[in-house]
Amino acid sequence: MRQIDPDFLDLPLRQLADAALQRARDLGAEHADFRLERVRAETLSLYDARLEGAMDADDLGYAVRVVKGGTWGFAAGIHLTPQAAATVAEQAVRVAEVSAPINREPIELAPEPVHSEVVWVSSYDVDPFDVPSADKVTLLADWSAGLLKGADHVSARLLQVKEQKFYADTAGTVTTQQRVRVHPALNAMKAHESGFDDMSTLAPPVGRGYEYLTGTGWDWQAELAALPELLAEKLAAPSVEAGDYDLVVDPSNLWLTIHESIGHATELDRALGYEAAYAGTSFATFDQLGELVYGSPVMNVTGDRTVTHGLSTIGYDDEGVQGQSFDIVKDGVLVGYQLDRRMALLKGLGRSNGCAFADSPGHMPIQRMANVSLAPAPGGPSTDELIAGVERGIYIVGDKSWSIDMQRYNFQFTGQRAYKISHGRLAGQLRDFAYQATTTDFWQSMEAVGGPETYVLGGAFNCGKGQPGQVAPVSHGCPSALFRGVRILNTVQEGGK
Amino acid sequence: MSERGERTGRHGTAVQATPQEMVEKALELSANDGCVVLVDEESTANLRFAGNTLTTNGVARSARLTVISIAGEGVGVVSRSAVRDEQLADVVAAADAAARDARPAEDARPLVEGVPESPHWGDAVEPTDIGVFERFAPALGDAFAAAEAGGRKLYGFAEHSLTSTFLGTSAGLRLRHDQPSGRLELNAKSADLKRSAWTGVSTRDFADVDVAALDSSLARRLEWAKTRVDLPAGRYETLLPPSAVADLMIYLYWSSGARDALDGRSVFSKPGGGTRVGERLATLPVTLSSDPGAAGVACAPFVIAHASGRQSSVFDNGLPLGPTDWIKDGTLDALLQTRYSAQLSGLTVTPGIDNLIMSGPAGGGSLDDMIASTRRGLLVTCLWYIREVDPQTLLVTGLTRDGVYLVEHGEVVGEVNNFRFNESPVDLLGRVTEVGAGERTLPREWSDYFQRTAMPAVRVPDFNMSTVSQAS
Repeated sequence: MRQIDPDFLDLPLRQLADAALQRARDLGAEHADFRLERVRAETLSLYDARLEGAMDADDLGYAVRVVKGGTWGFAAGIHLTPQAAATVAEQAVRVAEVSAPINREPIELAPEPVHSEVVWVSSYDVDPFDVPSADKVTLLADWSAGLLKGADHVSARLLQVKEQKFYADTAGTVTTQQRVRVHPALNAMKAHESGFDDMSTLAPPVGRGYEYLTGTGWDWQAELAALPELLAEKLAAPSVEAGDYDLVVDPSNLWLTIHESIGHATELDRALGYEAAYAGTSFATFDQLGELVYGSPVMNVTGDRTVTHGLSTIGYDDEGVQGQSFDIVKDGVLVGYQLDRRMALLKGLGRSNGCAFADSPGHMPIQRMANVSLAPAPGGPSTDELIAGVERGIYIVGDKSWSIDMQRYNFQFTGQRAYKISHGRLAGQLRDFAYQATTTDFWQSMEAVGGPETYVLGGAFNCGKGQPGQVAPVSHGCPSALFRGVRILNTVQEGGK
Repeated sequence: MSERGERTGRHGTAVQATPQEMVEKALELSANDGCVVLVDEESTANLRFAGNTLTTNGVARSARLTVISIAGEGVGVVSRSAVRDEQLADVVAAADAAARDARPAEDARPLVEGVPESPHWGDAVEPTDIGVFERFAPALGDAFAAAEAGGRKLYGFAEHSLTSTFLGTSAGLRLRHDQPSGRLELNAKSADLKRSAWTGVSTRDFADVDVAALDSSLARRLEWAKTRVDLPAGRYETLLPPSAVADLMIYLYWSSGARDALDGRSVFSKPGGGTRVGERLATLPVTLSSDPGAAGVACAPFVIAHASGRQSSVFDNGLPLGPTDWIKDGTLDALLQTRYSAQLSGLTVTPGIDNLIMSGPAGGGSLDDMIASTRRGLLVTCLWYIREVDPQTLLVTGLTRDGVYLVEHGEVVGEVNNFRFNESPVDLLGRVTEVGAGERTLPREWSDYFQRTAMPAVRVPDFNMSTVSQAS
């Protein structure tokens, strides 16, 4: 296992925590926690193999969260002295006092075993910040130049993040953690007589290091070599005929449907209304726990913060709760939610399953998404075998446009490419497609899930939620899957053309 | 006092250099051909609530130093938060080294010169804090009590922030902008959560926010919703209120980059090459503009660019911004430009500005006037989850939210189910048949990123409600 960077450990972590927690105790807080974070991010963007933008940024600071008189108080600061940390603790208590008149539900937290002096580092080989930026630009430029042979324009982007967290609370938990993630993405665009179209790489963002760009975990050479021809085929493809079709959805597309229609819908803070004015609520209300038929019997979904290379994977969450794996949908029925400590106690669910997360030292932790994944069928079919079971349908690959309503009922997705399925075989690409459905109808129409060999861990760096807005990285694993009778739109017709 | 300007505070603690001192020192330390230094100091305070009670809150401070170093045509950008005085030299050295190692930047231009120093350059930063809610929080508590008594639940978010940006360059610029921002989003639901209404306001200081009046306007809408009318998907005459218009026009604005238009990859690309500047987009004389000095929505009067991208260039930092018409009297007049893209396109340099204002023909009425003159149509409250479906036409999809009402013979007669729509804001401009009076409004979808807008309500004769959403 890699070690936490010494320059992070050299920061006055313990002194600041001690000063802040002691001041919070002195001021009468029932609970206090201290979190110091350094989040470093480098973004490189190229256009037509030329460097367009580069940014190397970090976010360093700390936060004190208290419960005082049954009300939350949160404050964040940046000056790394014990005196300043104590002052931030005072501000947090002051925030609780100003907020007390509008708090009607006393805050209490579900118990969690004390984890003292624990250290966790994610699984990666090469720290992306140890690789010179010039080398990364050269690699992206080479890849772009290759794609330009079959495209008018090529954009390339590489995001890299290293997140370091130190957490301590008044119960005695002390955690120190470090994780990295990378997201390379390329897009090729080409014009033709009636307009233009583009195609992006399918390689998902991952909790790996720079080794992801050099042969570990993804075959970049194969994907980049195939892209120009796939784009040319797409440009020449016929426009889809709107109607109901059977769909075989590739994991490169299905992960996003899982994210929007299962991941967010089973966040308990949404089900309880905490996000009602912003991200929205959920059709999967708490009274339906254990009863709601979410999908067909082949649907089994877990929440997980432990899977290797998962973007939401962590040793301990931002409330000091150990990462876990838990059931959300079992045999098609809703059986669990994603929790934080406050909600776990409020709803009598026992221990939190460890889904509290803050994206920066300046933000208060809220319930965020675990790696929510659809299980494959042991010994289940290959993607080709799923396609073979379709008489008239469409095979959808890669994510693109997405939108879902504020209770997670009605969604619409497009993809990077779609293939007509005719008599159990692929029959060329189609254009201008989108699929539109209601969540439970869609998942109940899932006739089969593929076997483990079709399973891929997809995901995103930038899931948005909360006010102030926070972004979180999250992975979703899934196999290919077969859905019957899903509505397909023609997007050109939708535009009134 | 150290030579870096570090002082000793009342309790013997080290005090950081001021932002102005940090700018000067960083410029001094850079050994390359040119340098741009940005210091952003931000303070925020927020309250979040749901079901008539507080859920989260907080105050935060942050300080970010961005050093943009230029070596020949290479540029290196390093941005660090909470930089201590003793770390400054390392940050500048990292930016200098990155610039020397960089490939030539395509947008490289001489740094901007000759802009006079901001008159308040040397003033101290006065951060916001939780005290900004001293009067508002009790008023909100009263609104919770009134809502509870009236069988309503209130949900929402109040946020105030102040960002002070200091810009210094080796070409002599010393510019500063202080941007206060505030917003209140208020969502009322019936006790059974089946009826929902929303309103939002942007504010500079919360002194002008009347929570009781906003709550009462929501109570009125919840009353409207007591009568339910189910309608199928289809094209409907639709009144889009200012908030919904803002969300659609902001997306149009963000999509109006000159580079993408020139490269043939946007709705503003001219078939065969070039851009659509000069082409009529709207039948009515609609004007979409930005103006840093516009009352109530004032924003930075000069370019602030932390990184180069499709629509921004670090070399343009400090470029003065003035009133700009993007669409003038219905005709596309300008696109988002850097100096580099303006050279490529042969058009005027028109960088992005952080506000957006839309107006129509003189004499536009209020939303109530437009309701009164509607024989049969839908009145939307706001739009949500707007995402691009097709960049060629700028077709976007999204949902109606928190109240769609049926208007018949000039009156609201009930609430209709929500819909998913598929529409292009560009295409829509060509179909709008009425434009109301402009007013300051808060976009529902994009207010995390863009809050300063003044928009009218518009009437669309055939808005495409593609499918019904069960969400209430």
